[in-house]
Amino acid sequence: MNTINITTPLDDTTIAGLKAGDRVFIEGIIYTARDAAHSRLREMINNNEALPIDLRGQVIYYVGPTPAAEGRVIGSAGPTTSTRMDIVTPMLLEKGLKGMIGKGDRSKAVIDAIVRNKCVYFAAVGGAGALIASSIVETEVVAFPELGTEAIRRLKVKDFPAIVAIDAYGNNLYMNGPNEYLARK
Amino acid sequence: MKQIDCNEVTKLVRDMCINMNIRMDAGIKEALENSLDSEDSPLARDIILDLLKNKDVAEGENIPLCQDTGMVFAFVELGQEVKITNGLLSEAINIGVRQGYEEGYLRKSVVACPLRRKNTGDNTPAIINYQLVEGDTFKIKLAAKGFGSENMSALKMLNPVDGWEGVKAFVLDTIRRAGGNCCPPIVVGVGIGGSFDKVASLAKQALLRDIGRPNAEAYIAVLEKELLDEVNQLGVGPQGFGGATTALALHIETYPTHIAGLPVALNINCHASRHGVIEL
Repeated sequence: MNTINITTPLDDTTIAGLKAGDRVFIEGIIYTARDAAHSRLREMINNNEALPIDLRGQVIYYVGPTPAAEGRVIGSAGPTTSTRMDIVTPMLLEKGLKGMIGKGDRSKAVIDAIVRNKCVYFAAVGGAGALIASSIVETEVVAFPELGTEAIRRLKVKDFPAIVAIDAYGNNLYMNGPNEYLARK
Repeated sequence: MKQIDCNEVTKLVRDMCINMNIRMDAGIKEALENSLDSEDSPLARDIILDLLKNKDVAEGENIPLCQDTGMVFAFVELGQEVKITNGLLSEAINIGVRQGYEEGYLRKSVVACPLRRKNTGDNTPAIINYQLVEGDTFKIKLAAKGFGSENMSALKMLNPVDGWEGVKAFVLDTIRRAGGNCCPPIVVGVGIGGSFDKVASLAKQALLRDIGRPNAEAYIAVLEKELLDEVNQLGVGPQGFGGATTALALHIETYPTHIAGLPVALNINCHASRHGVIEL
């Protein structure tokens, strides 16, 4: 199990060096978007409208944080289930999105788009929202403020803990992990 | 006659909403620590250690364990000899939820219409079930249920000839297919019997039991252990990346059913498993 420090935006060399099963610590800017924001982005793409953020090289984190108490940057902020975004994800990858952070397996269409566009899918530990929040140092709503917790936020992160779940070669830890475990037993 | 003041109920519901979202259940903590004994994969161990670290951060910084602070379920056991004063009980529970989610900086995750999807803004309404019981009992079993695991839950109307083997196959298949989506290690609630609607409620109630406490009926308790072992042989593991710890506990609740039916429901809970009991 390798541990790798990476920075965003992601470039092709960085992505090429990541293998399913690696642990990574991410530094830089990432953007939040979950169900409602994905519906909006899909609508904008279908209507040929300009997107509120330039996706090229960027990473989207599927999260809807709890409200921040006074003096805090953000509340609890762990990943939500990625598969609900599967229908929209290939469109975003075609627009230059390079990485996603969530939890759970992806559809075949998403995995194909990850390989085709040389992207990467990271998993964050589901349910570790308090621990993950410690790695978020700044936050700002940049689109759809009316969506509340589902708004698009720009997060500045340092040592954000994640695991490479599906790499640019199509290796999938959700399939290989359990299979290797069962083969060992 | 025992009197229960709605204001007291509101206050206790508010406090429990906040506490159960921030403080990890003692049974879950113990089960996570014990799981390290059987887990040899480095990534699986790292994930479990992260979850224990997450518990310390949540408590230390007074923030929720998970950002999905859930929808609130209340199972009320109301004694026939109890008189409710100062308002409507359902309203008292909902006011407690509203206050808890606002004052505790918890996420408001409820939309008013499932199709138009406008947020109610205060995490109400809770889903409340009442059971009338004898005497002067007043008990509310409260849970804050996340939907990553709720979405992976399932119900099937089996045939009586399918029997226990059919129930097992359904449970194992559902958990295998849920993979990492439901945030394993999970807690598994299984309902068997009753009817289409009753069996789902049984599965939910199974999740409200203290973690790992066996069914009071010895026959069912044996089946719980057998099925938990088989779930943990699936290899799904923490977060779905492979390992020995797919489920921390498995509880079964049963109810009489029709000669033509064998309903089974599986309600999955994530490792946060936030629940508690209010007794007055």
